[in-house]
Amino acid sequence: MTRALIKGPVGDAALPEVDMSTSLGGLALPAPILTASGCAASGRELDQFFDLTSIGAIVTKSIMLNPRSGRATPRMAETPSGMLNSIGLQGPGIDRFIEHDLAWLEERGARVIVSIAGGTVDEYGKLAARLRTVRSVAAIEVNISCPNVEDRGQVFACRAGSASDVVHAVRRHSDPRMPLFAKLSPDVTDIVEITDAVVRAGATGVSVINTVLGMVIDTDTMRPHLAGVTGGLSGPAIRPVAVRCIWQIRQAFPQLPIIGMGGVRSGKDALEFVLAGANAVSVGTAVFHDPSAPSRIQIELQRALGARGFRRFVDAVGFAHRPADLPREEDPDEFDFISE
Amino acid sequence: MAVQVRGEILDVRRAGAYHVLSLTAPGISENVKPGQFLTLGIGGEESSMLLRRAFAIHRVQSRGVYGGTLDIVVGVHGKGTKWLVDRRRHDPIDIVGPLGRPFVLPKEPVSTVLVGGGYGSAPLFMLAEQLRERGCRVDVILGAATEEKLFGALELKRLASTLTITTDDGSLGQRGRVTDVLGSLMQANDTAVVYACGPMPMLQRVAEIASDQQAYSQCAVEEAMACGIGVCMTCVLPVIGEDGVTRMLRACTEGPVFRGDRVRWSDVGTIPPDTLGAPTAGGH
Repeated sequence: MTRALIKGPVGDAALPEVDMSTSLGGLALPAPILTASGCAASGRELDQFFDLTSIGAIVTKSIMLNPRSGRATPRMAETPSGMLNSIGLQGPGIDRFIEHDLAWLEERGARVIVSIAGGTVDEYGKLAARLRTVRSVAAIEVNISCPNVEDRGQVFACRAGSASDVVHAVRRHSDPRMPLFAKLSPDVTDIVEITDAVVRAGATGVSVINTVLGMVIDTDTMRPHLAGVTGGLSGPAIRPVAVRCIWQIRQAFPQLPIIGMGGVRSGKDALEFVLAGANAVSVGTAVFHDPSAPSRIQIELQRALGARGFRRFVDAVGFAHRPADLPREEDPDEFDFISE
Repeated sequence: MAVQVRGEILDVRRAGAYHVLSLTAPGISENVKPGQFLTLGIGGEESSMLLRRAFAIHRVQSRGVYGGTLDIVVGVHGKGTKWLVDRRRHDPIDIVGPLGRPFVLPKEPVSTVLVGGGYGSAPLFMLAEQLRERGCRVDVILGAATEEKLFGALELKRLASTLTITTDDGSLGQRGRVTDVLGSLMQANDTAVVYACGPMPMLQRVAEIASDQQAYSQCAVEEAMACGIGVCMTCVLPVIGEDGVTRMLRACTEGPVFRGDRVRWSDVGTIPPDTLGAPTAGGH
């Protein structure tokens, strides 16, 4: 946090030369750090803290077909190394989003991944069709895992069949070349099974993980703290869950594009996701703590990669999966951890 | 425009039930308007407390040996605020500000009343100074549960034409609530604008009294926030727009100062059914 308090390069030392470019199933990005959906609104508010074009892409807050008020307050509770939220997908609806938010992002020159959310399979299809006419969309993230819907049965990502139906509808209504990422919930027995279903339905890759369903009870009022009763847990508290999910999916799908997210707060955290198999890393709740976090983390990641001898970001993707008997070229003891 | 800076704690001093913190905040203190706030990162780099804490900016000094400095008033409510008041001189602190929409000042030198509940009086000092500079009459009402929980009475007395104090227990001033005395004070001084900062029920009553007397009210709300910069959508409340439509607006970027007659005070904490995008009978 204290490293990037004034705009500009982090620290005094020159950045090591690392090619930070990455690829997400046909979508080439100059850098691997993204914002996480729901934690950056549509980017505009963060532009005063860092250059939006300096990171890989802005992933916008999940947009629905119609304007949506979201849920009653309180919508948030701080928890140990995390927070619980129950916003309920408040937003202006797709038309105003395209006119107002996407137009601004395009003008600003940021790369944009649009997150969409629907109440029905049909709604997802309509959203995809509506976005088909918009040039500035680099990829679509299909949010099938928001935990803050009235009917938990509506969390499409909790069952392979419903997850598949949604992705299929979005694929059918999208440009065939449009990269689609299904955002998955960790609240399932077997995330590999869900991944398999969405890939078969036409997803280019997956975004893992959405928040973990949680709950806080206020011990003074002795009632649930959130108006929505349950909420999504995010922040460093859930980071090991995210690393595990990325690891399992990478093991099962060696070539699948994966966007990793869930409690990343530093460059070293992002590196952990990359080593587990993420081709790009979204920064979410950390933004609430440090609004310049995405750009700071990207620079820290570049340093961390350089310090470990990587010349290209892509070489680190899934590196933790290498066979145990495969030696590194250098002895890890020689790495300069202090310089990070 | 807000900036994020690494500041330093200059001083932490007690003031009744509260603490006043002085911070260096170069780049922020020069641009503050009354009613705006800042947020502080809590607990250091590896903190388990992720959410920034928001504080109304109490006063600023844009020059001096430390560059720009500013003061905030802190009430200790939990671990985060406790950590904050335990800071020592020269400790680093992560500051984002100035944030939010400020109080709107009248163009004409009209008669005004400033109402502060508890340490809600903190942002009223700068406001009183600027209103005075414009030739406005400034009457101040301060209220709290007890004398200890009043903030800044002595100093506001110097800035104001009159100062009225109320306490729930009668330990200082008149026993009762600020809103018990607001109406008659407004009548006596032909008040055109009421400015208020404090708890929601107080703001609601202030807005009602102002409307009854055909006066404007400008209310600074204290909503729970996670980010303070407009991205998290946790600090929303129902507000009626110019088009007559109710929307859930963010206290951090569309407030914290709202026109009192625009906020649906009785519905705060809910989604009124006629809000834009409210759940239909089938639920969201």
